[in-house]
Amino acid sequence: MSDWKTFCRVDDIPVLGSRRIARRGSTDVAIFRSGDNTIFALLDRCPHKGGPLSQGIVFGQSVACPLHNWTIGLDDGCAKAPDAGCTQRFSVKVVAGEVLLDTQELATLALGTTAVPATVARGAETAAAERPAV
Amino acid sequence: MKRMKLVMVGNGMAGVRTLEELLKIAPEMYDICVFSAEPHPNYNRILLSPVLAGEQTLDEIVLNPLAWYAEHGIKLHLGKKVVDVSRARRIVIAADGTEESYDRLLIATGSNPFIPPLPGRDLQGVIAFRDIADTNVMIETARTHKHAVVIGGGLLGLEAANGLITRGMDVTLVHIAPWLMDRQLDGVAGDLLRKSLELRGMKFRVETHTSELVGGPLGRVTAVKFKDGSEVRADLVVMAAGIRPNTELAEKIGLHCARGIVVNDTMQTVTDPRIYSVGECAAHRGIAYGLVAPLFEQGKVCATHLAEFGIGRYAGSTTSTKLKVTGIDLFSAGNFMGGPDCEEIVMSDPYGGVYKKLVIQQDKLVGACLYGDTVDGSFYFKLLRDGRKIGDMRDKLMFGESHLGDAGHQGQSKAAAMADSDEVCGCNGVTKGTICRAIKDKGLFTLEEVRKVTKASASCGSCTGLVEQLLMFTAGGDYSAAPKKKALCACTDASHQEVRDTIRETHLLTIDAVYRHLSWRTPNGCSACRPAVNYYLISTWPKEAKDDPQSHFINERSHANIQKDGTYSVVPRMWGGTTNSSELRRIADTIDKFKIPTVKVTGGQRIDLLGVKKEDLPAVWQSLGMPSGHAYGKTLRTVKTCVGSEWCRFGTQDSTKLGIDLERALWRMYAPHKVKLAVSGCPRNCAESGIKDVGIIGVDSGWEIYVAGNAGIKTEVAHFFVKLKTAAEVLEYAGAFLQLYREEGWYLERTVHYVARVGLDYCKTRVLDDAANRKALWERLQFSLDGEPDPWFEFDKAGVDARQFQPLGVI
Ligand code: SRM
Ligand SMILES: Cc1cc2nc3c(=O)[nH]c(=O)nc-3n(C[C@H](O)[C@H](O)[C@H](O)COP(=O)(O)OP(=O)(O)OC[C@H]3O[C@@H](n4cnc5c(N)ncnc54)[C@H](O)[C@@H]3O)c2cc1C
Ligand code: SF4
Ligand code: FES
Repeated sequence: MSDWKTFCRVDDIPVLGSRRIARRGSTDVAIFRSGDNTIFALLDRCPHKGGPLSQGIVFGQSVACPLHNWTIGLDDGCAKAPDAGCTQRFSVKVVAGEVLLDTQELATLALGTTAVPATVARGAETAAAERPAV
Repeated sequence: MKRMKLVMVGNGMAGVRTLEELLKIAPEMYDICVFSAEPHPNYNRILLSPVLAGEQTLDEIVLNPLAWYAEHGIKLHLGKKVVDVSRARRIVIAADGTEESYDRLLIATGSNPFIPPLPGRDLQGVIAFRDIADTNVMIETARTHKHAVVIGGGLLGLEAANGLITRGMDVTLVHIAPWLMDRQLDGVAGDLLRKSLELRGMKFRVETHTSELVGGPLGRVTAVKFKDGSEVRADLVVMAAGIRPNTELAEKIGLHCARGIVVNDTMQTVTDPRIYSVGECAAHRGIAYGLVAPLFEQGKVCATHLAEFGIGRYAGSTTSTKLKVTGIDLFSAGNFMGGPDCEEIVMSDPYGGVYKKLVIQQDKLVGACLYGDTVDGSFYFKLLRDGRKIGDMRDKLMFGESHLGDAGHQGQSKAAAMADSDEVCGCNGVTKGTICRAIKDKGLFTLEEVRKVTKASASCGSCTGLVEQLLMFTAGGDYSAAPKKKALCACTDASHQEVRDTIRETHLLTIDAVYRHLSWRTPNGCSACRPAVNYYLISTWPKEAKDDPQSHFINERSHANIQKDGTYSVVPRMWGGTTNSSELRRIADTIDKFKIPTVKVTGGQRIDLLGVKKEDLPAVWQSLGMPSGHAYGKTLRTVKTCVGSEWCRFGTQDSTKLGIDLERALWRMYAPHKVKLAVSGCPRNCAESGIKDVGIIGVDSGWEIYVAGNAGIKTEVAHFFVKLKTAAEVLEYAGAFLQLYREEGWYLERTVHYVARVGLDYCKTRVLDDAANRKALWERLQFSLDGEPDPWFEFDKAGVDARQFQPLGVI
């Protein structure tokens, strides 16, 4: 059973940007706003090594992870090829400029996953921000 | 919508590559049908040489197995040669009568071997070296016969001869010109090549004309006769005297052909707009290419037009040559023969088997010919393509790009010597085995593809040379085409330079305006172009263009460095690496108050607080009460100093003070990439000025300025720029050089790369020789920096969206 709750107005999220909802004891949920004002919600955890997606650059219907620049689809939470893996998506509704999420989902989906990656990066990883544009 | 129908004639490397590109961008647009004269799916023709030499098998060189065609719904007519096309009815007709109709036709029929009109050319045992059938004949013949003659001492002929020798035949190679590979090598290198092949047992007849192939009673060739009357025994004759574009079908159906099927820059035939052509059969601006790299580039352009994107132009390519004979390294590109008004730099060590020749014309590298040591082939090739002036590096040019500074892969420079389990890419932990397997299994050809699929060489790039070598062994070379210009990213065809120029010339002030003006393909770019375009706007039109916070990477958006666990690090500024008790006390209090887990002295002479929660960032900054260190930005980072004349018994100048002055003058400076300075008080150089973007060394009579050093991924020593008397002059000259870089550098290009691209001499003319220009540059820099906010304290002015630090809610 869904239980929709208003968290903010669309305008509280920057265009091509994001905000997050903190969940006690488990990973945050990131809320994104695309260039055409569509709102998406994903677990704030990259399928690669757990990077906080809310901190990435939003473009089109994607976000570039801030840690190693994987591109994640905002609609499905899945990495674009050649990378593979998906993160949990959450349902969002926009009613009269207000952004609603289902507290049922927030309370039950993807619990217990912390933002800290299970596998520790091997060697020196260079973050997207620091890596040469290839 | 009903799909259109695309028919392709010729199932070779260029054609299938075009289909792959098309399927990537418009998978649903066409029903595709392919006619293949050969009874095989598409294979890597280049690797026929290693197959002949027994280093690979035929199965291993298949690029697109039958399953690939099925998976993409491509109807494949194997072993069916197309003999006619009715352009009026739009129908393709094969030899066996099969017909297919088309909306678009792609002709990719490749080349035919040129068989000289010699008597006896139709005898049994006389073949070319072009396809699997030829290769199988050679392998079979080597089992049962002894004597082979190869006619033609070019790339193909030598690879054929080498393969036959490895298979135990006695091989004589006949060549008309005085030395081997005369189209790719000069005489000296050609002779070195001949000597090392002679050591393998190959026999040569150079400057020799063949007059006749002699047949035996059973119709099989038995000998080759020469114009001088001599002859050699032959059970097999391989004709490798060149190739001719295969235009048989095109001519028959009335397409304009002139040394190839004539196409325009979109790869469309000039005769029939429904018909396109790519590959060795196509003549673009008068050239039919015979190597894969340019053909792939053609395929990419052709695909975008078939997909009706209407973008992309093929503008021709520069090509280079490598020979695929194991153990022989040779490379050539451009005009390696030289000529009037060319100069040559030659290094020759015939005993060691090494020869290098560089041809220079009007201060540019126009040709290179390397034998024995080809590590620097790609370096020279790049210089040649970029057409960069080489005056300032001329004395070192012959030694190539020093690979000594490369870090991160156990000091290896020869991939062959590495084990499969050895790590090639230290950033992403990719082994040699993984890379080779990916190249094979996924049919990768270019560096770019290997980066995409395996991530090897995709981060810091220091292992690029090794990956190129692996491509060489596994796919027969790096087939990254050499387009005349490189697009900024996949959203556009415009290059960095074009974007910069357009912004200046058209006075564009917003990212949207740039995207509209240059017809970007995406509504709001991507993570590669948006930060670049944003930087170009604010550096070109300071105080006019508005910075867009959403077009910065997270570090620059939150003014702290993101860490792998999602926390941040905070590095306050310590002018010139100096501090005092009150700063240290505030730092200590902040650490306690916010329970900051790690405190570290950085390599840049200041203190890093690591593991700060994003929510705490504003409060931590307040508590520190020190300026932002910009350790997170494409900005001025640090100015390292040594103690200098104030304390040091050797100090000749007050390096600490100059360092502080420089840092105060330049902080908050955004640039194409990060910028680091250092000032040392004497030539002992304790601040390591020799590896900085701008490094300054005090000497008794003044200051020496060095520019464009780098200590990171690849260590590069800075170049001496100028010697000055006073500290005030140092500020002006250093500032002017940095402003030049800020105005002209491409995004993510550090000073070392910028100067390598434009040339040190150019920077000298703009900054040293032209005093008015120097002053103007220095003034523009000061204008840009004047009143710039400290983002840690002036959120509004710095465009920091403070909402980011707080969650929308907590549940
Ligand atoms: C903190 C520090 C290491 C340390 O603990 O000492 C450091 C840390 C990082 N360096 Fe560095 N570098 C640090 C000094 C250096 C130095 C030494 C220096 O500045 O004197 C170098 C070599 C000098 C040079 O730049 O030429 C250096 C060469 C690099 C490079 C390679 C740059 C290159 O052009 O080759 C990168 C990657 C890049 O920028 O693309 C890099 C990238 C990074 C990043 C930003 C990697 C990342 O994206 O996360 C690290 C950020 C850590 C953080 O969150 O704080 N770091 N890094 C040093 C900070 C200095 C400071 O006070 O600001
Ligand atoms: C032994 C060898 C070594 C090589 N080494 C290198 C190298 O190291 N580096 C490099 O860059 N290049 C190399 N090349 C060249 C490279 O293989 C070619 O440039 C490339 O294959 C050309 O691609 P294409 O699609 O134009 O032609 P092809 O690959 O030749 O494909 C054309 C196909 O069309 C078929 N065809 C022709 N007419 C018809 C018709 N009427 N109906 C149906 N099908 C038809 C042909 O049978 C053929 O299969 C080498 C070539 C050979 C033979
Ligand atoms: S060398 Fe620099 S980039 Fe690499 S791990 Fe250390 S701090 Fe990070
Ligand atoms: S954690 Fe997101 S790309 Fe690595």
